[in-house]
Amino acid sequence: MKKNWPWLIFAIFALEVLFSLKPRADKPDNFQIREWGKLPALANGRVQPFDSLARNCLLVIRGNTDVPLEGNGANGKWGKWEELDAPLSERKWYQFSQHPKKLAPAEWLLEVFSRAELADTRPIFLIHHPELLGELKLQAKGVEKSGLRYYTFNEIRPSLALMEKESKSVGAIKAELRTPYQRSLMALHTGLTTYLRLKNSLKPERSADFAAELGQFEKMIPAGFKAIRAQQTGQEFDKELFEKFLGYAEPYAMMAQMAYPLIVPPVQPFQKKSDWANVGQSLMEGIRAGEVPAAVHSHAAMATAYAQGKPAEFNRALADFRASLVGKLDTELKKGRQEHLFNQFLPFYRSMMIYVVALILAAASWLNWSENLNRAAYRLVALGAVVHTAGLIFRMFLEGRPPVTNLYSSAIFVGWGAVLLGVVLERIFRNGIGSVTASAVGFITLIVAHHLALTSSTGDTMEMMRAVLDTNFWLATHVTTITIGYASTFLAGFLATIYVLRGVFTRTLDEATAKSLSRMVYGIVCFATLFSLVGTILGGIWADQSWGRFWGWDPKENGALLIVIWNAIILHCRWGKLCGERGLMNLAIFGNIVTAWSWFGTNMLGVGLHSYGFMDAAFRWLMIFNVSQIVLIGLGCLPERFWRSGMGGTASGTAPLKSQTT
Amino acid sequence: MSRLIKFLSSLKLTVVLLTAGLVLIFIGTLAQVHEGLYNAQVRYFKSWFIVGVTLFNTKMPWLVLPGGYALGTLLLVNLSVAHFTRFLWTWRKSGIFMTHLGLILLLLGQLGTDILSTESAMRLEEGETKNYSEDFHANELVFINKSLSSDDEVIAVPEKFLAAKQPITNPQLPFIVKVKEYWPNSYLTNFGPFIADALAKEGFVRNTADQGIGTKVMVLPMPVVTAMDSRNIPSAVIEVSAGGATKGSWLVSSQTSAKQTVEHDGKIWELALRFQRHYKPYSFTLLDFTHERYPGTDLPKDFRSRVRVVNPSKSEDREVEIFMNNPLRYDGLAFYQASFEPGDTVTVLQVVKNPGWLTPYFACLLMGLGLTVQFMIHLVGFVQKRMNPAPVAISGKKSSPRKN
Repeated sequence: MKKNWPWLIFAIFALEVLFSLKPRADKPDNFQIREWGKLPALANGRVQPFDSLARNCLLVIRGNTDVPLEGNGANGKWGKWEELDAPLSERKWYQFSQHPKKLAPAEWLLEVFSRAELADTRPIFLIHHPELLGELKLQAKGVEKSGLRYYTFNEIRPSLALMEKESKSVGAIKAELRTPYQRSLMALHTGLTTYLRLKNSLKPERSADFAAELGQFEKMIPAGFKAIRAQQTGQEFDKELFEKFLGYAEPYAMMAQMAYPLIVPPVQPFQKKSDWANVGQSLMEGIRAGEVPAAVHSHAAMATAYAQGKPAEFNRALADFRASLVGKLDTELKKGRQEHLFNQFLPFYRSMMIYVVALILAAASWLNWSENLNRAAYRLVALGAVVHTAGLIFRMFLEGRPPVTNLYSSAIFVGWGAVLLGVVLERIFRNGIGSVTASAVGFITLIVAHHLALTSSTGDTMEMMRAVLDTNFWLATHVTTITIGYASTFLAGFLATIYVLRGVFTRTLDEATAKSLSRMVYGIVCFATLFSLVGTILGGIWADQSWGRFWGWDPKENGALLIVIWNAIILHCRWGKLCGERGLMNLAIFGNIVTAWSWFGTNMLGVGLHSYGFMDAAFRWLMIFNVSQIVLIGLGCLPERFWRSGMGGTASGTAPLKSQTT
Repeated sequence: MSRLIKFLSSLKLTVVLLTAGLVLIFIGTLAQVHEGLYNAQVRYFKSWFIVGVTLFNTKMPWLVLPGGYALGTLLLVNLSVAHFTRFLWTWRKSGIFMTHLGLILLLLGQLGTDILSTESAMRLEEGETKNYSEDFHANELVFINKSLSSDDEVIAVPEKFLAAKQPITNPQLPFIVKVKEYWPNSYLTNFGPFIADALAKEGFVRNTADQGIGTKVMVLPMPVVTAMDSRNIPSAVIEVSAGGATKGSWLVSSQTSAKQTVEHDGKIWELALRFQRHYKPYSFTLLDFTHERYPGTDLPKDFRSRVRVVNPSKSEDREVEIFMNNPLRYDGLAFYQASFEPGDTVTVLQVVKNPGWLTPYFACLLMGLGLTVQFMIHLVGFVQKRMNPAPVAISGKKSSPRKN
């Protein structure tokens, strides 16, 4: 047992991963919400299942994808929100015995679509700026969770006019010049807009029984259409009928404007694959055609059945609708199922968790040098890498694109590259260093990716590519290579960080470890030089192909060039023996700053052709990161007597470096 | 002499130059925020020295930095001298040699591009035919002899003569031109008696022209812009005189294409200030411009121009499609889909002449290959060493090899 526990830990995590891939179904007598969540719709220019739409919208509105229904109220009471008194708070991390009921994302979306009045009572709007809370008079309300506060639409409703006015004036200010208050306001505004559009996507918000309403509307179409024509041409018409018909049609016309996803599929034989429509548009079209499209009837039937709590009818309508799509929309149905599985798999979240555990185990292995700890860490990192890779491939398959398509996926890919290199290093050196760097870089980059997903205005990380970027060849070559260049430069920097930290604070940096670290850093820097140079040059060639100049001194191009030059400096310093082992480490740590600048800093400048990956709130984090790296370099420059390991001897430039022919 | 060569070939110099390059690029990138991409590019990278830098809103007029040309040249010298003196050719270093050779080629190629390449734009409306492209930055004052039946006789004067405000003469030009007023960037608008005061309050000024459109428009002098996709619209008032007699003064501006003429000796001359034109021996006609968006969004999916190319000298008449990432290379030029105007009926093609466009490709091939070769040599060496480990002192159990 004692010998096998590393395998046991591995097995537990591996089983958990496999379990997440197991197909799941709702009980046959319940609403088949999972099946509903797999239905395809078109949003953000691409076909995606309702489940993805729900998750992305929740990310925009709430910042996460859970909608808890229960929690803590005043006097330590636990229960449903509506039964509790303020102050409300979500489950605390130490309340192990409580398992709050939650709405799955798809269920929440179905509720917004079909039971708007209930959805209005869910605490989903994240507002965290105190000034904004004051402005909206919300301080005493809302549900609290680790310092963040969530509010229901009903709580915000009184301030809608104010929000409209404020967001208009803030909207005129350039995004990068907005204050934190203004940014917070615009974030809430985006969330509110998304929510209001969703509420009017399937049926008019106020319609109680949409299925029945549509039936009546359809019967009226011929007469109503005639009345409208007569009214327009100045002939006599039935005024009462005309008014009644308009009473239906006007909300539909508004829906045609407001709806967010296009949920009416192109099932007619004459329609193109991209001819999706929203419900409002297809009802307007229906007036001309004389009937309501079948898909709208189906959606209405599901909405009504759900609102009236009739699972059997809901499930029947769902099955009928799905059957009607078979044949013409097979690929879309399949895409819906696959992406639903991807959402359930959550590979990047899972691998992030695995990396954390691996990091703890690997770091602990240095404290007591238990080989089992180290083995367990290595196996977990390898498992994490497998899940990470699987996620990456799954994503590529869903998108039909090379791995890096936006800033979010570049973070995922940087992490992946660094983890893989780390695993290779661990295979070679077997001293825990590879495991620690791999798990640390993997974890950090996935966290960064998670936050990058939050900065997107649609929450969709698989958004479509702008025309200039719409080329799989260059995405696959230039973007991938340059991202591997980033990853390896970071990896070198983190290896150097380990050298410095272990050297200064512990006695664990002996000569052999120091030397192996130095060789790792050197090797990785060589690797990084190769990839960043080739990547940069490929970028130049792409630019030459699409804009007519090889090099334009654009910020992003310059950023990439900085990495190449920095890596070249490191290599030349080492070849010329201008730096010793410690010098090499400090140079490599500075490489982290150069890379972070090139990756994110250049996007913050907001000039040039490449600034499509703009994001505003991250500047502070970049600065924090840079300062931390400078502190590390400072530690690396400390005189030898402050190094607990006593391994600072080769810091000066003239120190002899045993000639290595690696 | 030998000390100089030693200095020029030293690795220390390489590192210093690379570091200086790093600093220059960083500062030059930041400067783009204030100075605009184009200006910063010229001032920092296409220069020998930079005097005065503004960083993070702090002015440092005393700071002198070596420019891109200076560093590039020094690196080139350093590299070349090092290769002739210090480097000994061995197979183990073949990758390094190739990389450096590629670098030299790249630097030289970029220098060539800098000197030889020109960029201009061709703006076409659907159905329009043009046989010239227009410069991005330069403007010209032109006098066109309209009295000739066939080819128009065009006398072009670069904008800098307007800026100098000196009398302009030309042997082919039968009159003397005086520059009375000049605005490097401006906006013109028509005015009537009722809005003249209101316009004046907004900064519009009357001009001194007494002929042509100048009498009907007011000029808003504007600050010179530097941003990447904006350009300056110069205007000027010129006085034309012949044989001591003044013919009158005209307002000319790159903003307007209104025809203005002056008569002399029975000949009609058209005068205009316009974007400098580069004429071609062939013509392009925009047949169709399409702009596709992703369904339900404003995100551009694709824009492309269908163009008819007519070249009488080659008796060529064909249709081509130019779209993103797919330029047309024709007659030593490359035509790129650069932009379009709202309404989706006007396309803007970028026209680039760059005789050295292939050098980066070769340079890259050499450098990439060189680095790969070098990396492989190292890797093979490393793996071989690990397969036959030399006896290394292993200190304690801490780093003893373990099985994973």
